Amino acid sequence: MPKDMGIGASSKRREDVRFLTGKGRYTDDINVAGQAHVVFCRSDVAHGRIEGIDTSAAEGMPGVIRVFTGADFEGVGSIPCGWQVTDKHGEPMQEPAHPVLAQGKVRHVGDPYAAVVAETKAQARDAAEAVEASITELPAVINMKDALAEGATKVHDDLRDNLCYDWGFVEENKDAVAKAFDEAAHVTSLELVNNRLVANPMEPRVAVGDYASHDDSSTLYTTSQNPHVIRLLMGAFVLGIPEHKLRVVAPDVGGGFGTKIFHYAEEAFCTFAAKQLEMPVKWTSTRGEAFMSDAHGRDHVTKIELALDAENNFTALRTETYANMGAYLSTFAPSVPTWLHGTLMAGNYKTPLVYVNVKAVFTNTVPVDAYRGAGRPEATFQLERVVDKAARELGVDPVALRRQNFVTEFPYQTPVAVEYDTGDYNGTMDVLEKMIDRDGFAARRKESEARGKLRGLGINSYIEACGIAPSNLVGQLGARAGLYESATVRVNATGGLVVMTGSHSHGQGHETSFAQVVADMIGIPEDQVEIVHGDTARVPMGMGTYGSRSLAVGGSAMVRATEKIIAKAKKIAAHLMEADEGDVELKDGKFSVAGTDKDVAWGDVTLAAYVPHNYPLEDIEPGLEETAFYDPNNFTYPAGAYACEVEVDPETGKVDVVAFAAADDFGNVVNPMIVEGQVHGGLAQGIGQALLENCAYDEDGQLLSASYMDYAMPRAFDFPMFQVDSQSSQTPCTHNPLGVKGCGEAGAIGSPPSVVNAVVDALQSGGFTDVYHIDMPLTPDRVWGAMNGSATGQGAAQPAANADDTTQARSVGDGTTATH
Amino acid sequence: MYDFQLVKPSSVAEAIEALGAEDAQALGGGQTLLPTMKARLAQTDTLVSLAHVEEMKGVCTDDAGRLCVGGGTTHAAAAEALKSDYPALSSLAARIGDPAVRARGTMGGSVANDDPSACWPAGVLGSGATVVAAGKSGTREIGADDFFQGMFTTALEEGEIITEIRFPVPEKAAYEKMIQPASRFPLVAAYVAKFADGVRVAITGASSDGVFRWTEAETALSQDFSAEAVKGLAAPDAGGMISDLHGSAEYRAHLCKVMTARAVKAAG
Repeated sequence: MPKDMGIGASSKRREDVRFLTGKGRYTDDINVAGQAHVVFCRSDVAHGRIEGIDTSAAEGMPGVIRVFTGADFEGVGSIPCGWQVTDKHGEPMQEPAHPVLAQGKVRHVGDPYAAVVAETKAQARDAAEAVEASITELPAVINMKDALAEGATKVHDDLRDNLCYDWGFVEENKDAVAKAFDEAAHVTSLELVNNRLVANPMEPRVAVGDYASHDDSSTLYTTSQNPHVIRLLMGAFVLGIPEHKLRVVAPDVGGGFGTKIFHYAEEAFCTFAAKQLEMPVKWTSTRGEAFMSDAHGRDHVTKIELALDAENNFTALRTETYANMGAYLSTFAPSVPTWLHGTLMAGNYKTPLVYVNVKAVFTNTVPVDAYRGAGRPEATFQLERVVDKAARELGVDPVALRRQNFVTEFPYQTPVAVEYDTGDYNGTMDVLEKMIDRDGFAARRKESEARGKLRGLGINSYIEACGIAPSNLVGQLGARAGLYESATVRVNATGGLVVMTGSHSHGQGHETSFAQVVADMIGIPEDQVEIVHGDTARVPMGMGTYGSRSLAVGGSAMVRATEKIIAKAKKIAAHLMEADEGDVELKDGKFSVAGTDKDVAWGDVTLAAYVPHNYPLEDIEPGLEETAFYDPNNFTYPAGAYACEVEVDPETGKVDVVAFAAADDFGNVVNPMIVEGQVHGGLAQGIGQALLENCAYDEDGQLLSASYMDYAMPRAFDFPMFQVDSQSSQTPCTHNPLGVKGCGEAGAIGSPPSVVNAVVDALQSGGFTDVYHIDMPLTPDRVWGAMNGSATGQGAAQPAANADDTTQARSVGDGTTATH
Repeated sequence: MYDFQLVKPSSVAEAIEALGAEDAQALGGGQTLLPTMKARLAQTDTLVSLAHVEEMKGVCTDDAGRLCVGGGTTHAAAAEALKSDYPALSSLAARIGDPAVRARGTMGGSVANDDPSACWPAGVLGSGATVVAAGKSGTREIGADDFFQGMFTTALEEGEIITEIRFPVPEKAAYEKMIQPASRFPLVAAYVAKFADGVRVAITGASSDGVFRWTEAETALSQDFSAEAVKGLAAPDAGGMISDLHGSAEYRAHLCKVMTARAVKAAG
């Protein structure tokens, strides 16, 4: 029987009531009395020298309060980067300044160089058009290969070149890996692109800055996944406001997907201008601005090689990746292609030797940072593509090849630093094979062929590192923050609880699932537990939500705090029942003494804590409120197996996903319905990346996919009903109290290779035996091109690693890319 | 959006009068013009909404048996009204955009705008329809072959509006489209119509000159109305085809063939 409450129950999402009835309170719903509006003037060239900005006409326009330019921010801090990567020579990465408003140069289309504050938004917009900027266009570097060429135009004149870092991991393994390749019986190699994406949360970014002169304090309302992190980054590094004078509020947030982790210039601007002008200042991004100012995701170009011995055991893996950083370093940008990517290159396999090289490159494009999965989708895609190609080259079953090489004994120390605590990769593969009726595929393929379609089946495994992260470890790796989480549990006199969590929900349903955990621990109804998040004035501390960490880290902090509550409540109960504390049990909201008929209700104990007339005041304090900080001692390692079945129209190249199945191991599951929803969402984004989404620039750095007319978002229409199962093969995490691993990113990590594997399988079955790879997104044009041996119509191109004349691999551009 | 005056005439005569004003612009269903104005990429002093001109709405049949669709008829209304008398054209209208677009967008607005990827121009040119335009100097009829003059360019004079389009009903017809996945406009679509005196094939989405007749296919299909007849043809010259993020010129040229053959097959 499914449970109807507590851990394991599919409780309905309580927050959906307000979201679905239009009562959500988003940042744009916040209007502070007397607020002014800001409109940013953004560069329409990818790279240019600012010769001068004439604001006089704009300043004279109706309603205009003040026009700001980069000059107003001299002496103000730079937008900081939160992670410093050390390169393979032991040197720190090159780290450019990132002014709030551009100073000297504009470096990407959308880079703000002026800001007009006016009484109304319309007035600010009118006046912004009257700001006259004299900008001399400079040659732009868009293509990563061009950016690294000798004598290339520099994005930042004060840096040595456009190379942020050249990272080797594990550098000491490099020679041993080379030797293994020399000795390999078979080597499979593949060059591929992980296409640049725009996150496109439904709610665009918004910031409202407010300043209170009576106590010299600032408040920022913002669309953020981590308000405390913004408070620290903006307060300490940009504006010099101490935490006790700065409040950051992130109320209901309409989707983040990573792009709302980062500290953005617009947030600093509104907070700064509110103080300067002593009036609230509000900015609401337009959808067009979102395309050119929200941090983008992915954009890797990789060459991967897999070495196998004569028995098809993986003996070594070697990769070379170019990772686009864009024009500035966004908050966590340097960590994505390194520590969130290189550490996952062992995948689900016991490959003994791995060497990962990553060159991070500055270009005149929007900064690139974490997007759902962040580094792990890039790792999974290349690994699961090369394994699939190896199986095809060797003429062996792709599932059997994977099973043969799976890690089966845990804990398992990988050659890329991380140690998997637990897992069962054969287990999820077994579940998957049952879900998809693999034996029936041949008949389904025949049926498709009878209708003139090619049918393909793509299967792959994935693993991710979630529950980010042990602070001492990430500190060694260059993180400039701790990655613990905190929770405060406040029990009220009449027994209800408020949990103040540093995790932030922007669609994940924490208000429901977190309440289930606490209610289950005490044995009271879920509606007795209120979850508070998203406000630095209400929640003591928090590191926020990303990297599928909320339940594993934030939930663990909440469990620890609740355990402290229960321990203290037992002391009170023992006093009330005149029993020994060690004999007191808590069950179903009632304390009892083992072996007696004595009991006392939860509410009587909580009342005693606040009305301590009959209370052990000499031993414990009144009140019932506890805080815990939880710092994980390892990552968690969700893993699973995915399968995609496609039909390809050989006349048009159009791919239809006809079935998709996901077998996941997230460890224990608190709310199966929410988990299912998270997997569905992740799959939509992963399949969207594989088939539809493409953020493209032309050679001059103009953003080609700058609206929904050209950036293809997936719709329900594009998908079959997904089959998902995260219940049948579970290995609970061994090192956190709930045994949970995290589920938010899995779908986006595991699904892109399934789709591409399936399309290649379909094409191979149709006789296109020289098509081993097509770069994402697999648009009809590209698939048709691959079938017709052409690689036509390349637009702006980013090079493959080791690019040469025959390599068409690139991360952006139009036309067809196929590796033959 | 910049400030503008909104005028709401209730007759064609009033609309023509209003469009005589300096920098006046006709507004159909607003599915292209309004987003463009919101993005400040278009501006006008006077916006003349045709939404209240009842005489420009609906479908009727004239003495020659042609179906006359009012310029102000929405895609959804046209789809419904044409269902039994001209199912191919009804199907074209029923598959434009999404329900919201079809409820607001009008046939006349789409044809007058002449987006190179719009659906209606293919139906109008493929049917060999006659466009009725009203302006200051009266009402005139323009044959479809003369009406479309290139991307976003038509034979309409300044201040003229499409009051009606008269569609001769073919023996057989069908419209097949491959959508551009972002905008869901046609990437390439073919409208094939078989009349007693020959076959017309109109292609939209493909050419940088906008909708065009694929005459080689028309000749071949007039002799042998079969998908095989199309498969034997060379694809149209890719030279003038649109090449962008969503499809190369060669791919679009190829799709002209595929969509035409499928339309022939669908027409039966």
